[in-house]
Amino acid sequence: MLDILVIIFMVMGLFFFFGTTVGIVRFPDFYTRTHAAGKGDTLSVMLMLFGLALYNLHHLSPATLLVSGKIVIICVVVFIASPTATHAIMDAGYEAKVRHWSRPGAPKDPQDNSGEKQ
Amino acid sequence: MTHFFISSGVIILLLMFVVLYRVVKGPTPLDRILGVNVIGTKTMVLIVLIGTLYERVEMFVDIALTYALLNFIASLAAARFFQRHKKIHLEEEERGEGAAC
Amino acid sequence: MFITVTFILLFILWVLFSGKFDLFHLSLGAISCAMVAAFCGKLLFQDKSRHLGGRLAEAGRFLRYLAWLLIQIVQANFHVIGLALSGRRLRRDLDPHIFHFKTVLRHDFSKFVLANSITLTPGTVTIRIHGDTLYIHAISKKAAGDLAEDSISEMERRVGHIFERHNLCFIADKDNQA
Repeated sequence: MLDILVIIFMVMGLFFFFGTTVGIVRFPDFYTRTHAAGKGDTLSVMLMLFGLALYNLHHLSPATLLVSGKIVIICVVVFIASPTATHAIMDAGYEAKVRHWSRPGAPKDPQDNSGEKQ
Repeated sequence: MTHFFISSGVIILLLMFVVLYRVVKGPTPLDRILGVNVIGTKTMVLIVLIGTLYERVEMFVDIALTYALLNFIASLAAARFFQRHKKIHLEEEERGEGAAC
Repeated sequence: MFITVTFILLFILWVLFSGKFDLFHLSLGAISCAMVAAFCGKLLFQDKSRHLGGRLAEAGRFLRYLAWLLIQIVQANFHVIGLALSGRRLRRDLDPHIFHFKTVLRHDFSKFVLANSITLTPGTVTIRIHGDTLYIHAISKKAAGDLAEDSISEMERRVGHIFERHNLCFIADKDNQA
């Protein structure tokens, strides 16, 4: 029973990681790649670690509870740190005026002020 | 369960190689940082997975936690560094522009 | 009082991480946690005016908010996967643009929570917070949703209800709900 739950979590994590990878490789510019990395990374890591923490509870004892607690703490760290790292990288790109991909033939967006310094 | 863990570890490793393509190709240094950040978080999962396989999770979990924090700080520092060095960054961007899409 | 709370939190973390319950390790932990709490106990809580009970209620509301956020994260991931796997449609669906809006939230921590939540929800990533202004990168016009409009967006309202109940913008709102 526990094994099935663990397998579901792990497979979902792998699936989301697959989506992240495809997004990082295929998206056209730096900003959109950051979208894929910032979202997929957080959820897939959390799902996979949660699955491993559940598997760890196979033999229920204080020691394994402690280890699972540590894995959950890693989840919390990733949950806070991953979006923050995404901001930092995206902010650096915005500051360095990385070129902005826009749809061929799209009208210039008046609100789009990526290239100008605020 | 062992087979399942080994195969999911192998899948993570293969997908990490796919992300490595973005790290090698660029075109901007920030793309590389992004790729390294993603690979780092997945390495952390891989460490816990290896710990589960060897049945020494209590030891590997500490390593994984340290790795997560280090990875976070490393990407923050690298992003800050390239924020300061706009000039290097722009040249790289112009050179790699043709291959961007 | 805040130093004591910091000490308790740090000590719980120490016990979790060390995993040893003999007197030697516990006393080592107590000494080092007391030192850290004495040095940086004032850093953890920025706003000293509120009391502990209010903070606990805040934490409870925050947990309920996390459940809502988790659903949003899953949606965001399906959105990204759908875009990434969508073949030739990819170039047609993407219409990235950057916009900015002013937030009514005041405290740094609630701005931080708002920015991280925006990053984790479908189609939008926060680039930077500059005073009251948030710079957002949206992957398409549709993904920007109600963030791009002038009124208070849904997420801002939710975060405001957790942390800033006495903020003027949310008091009127609360009366409407009641």
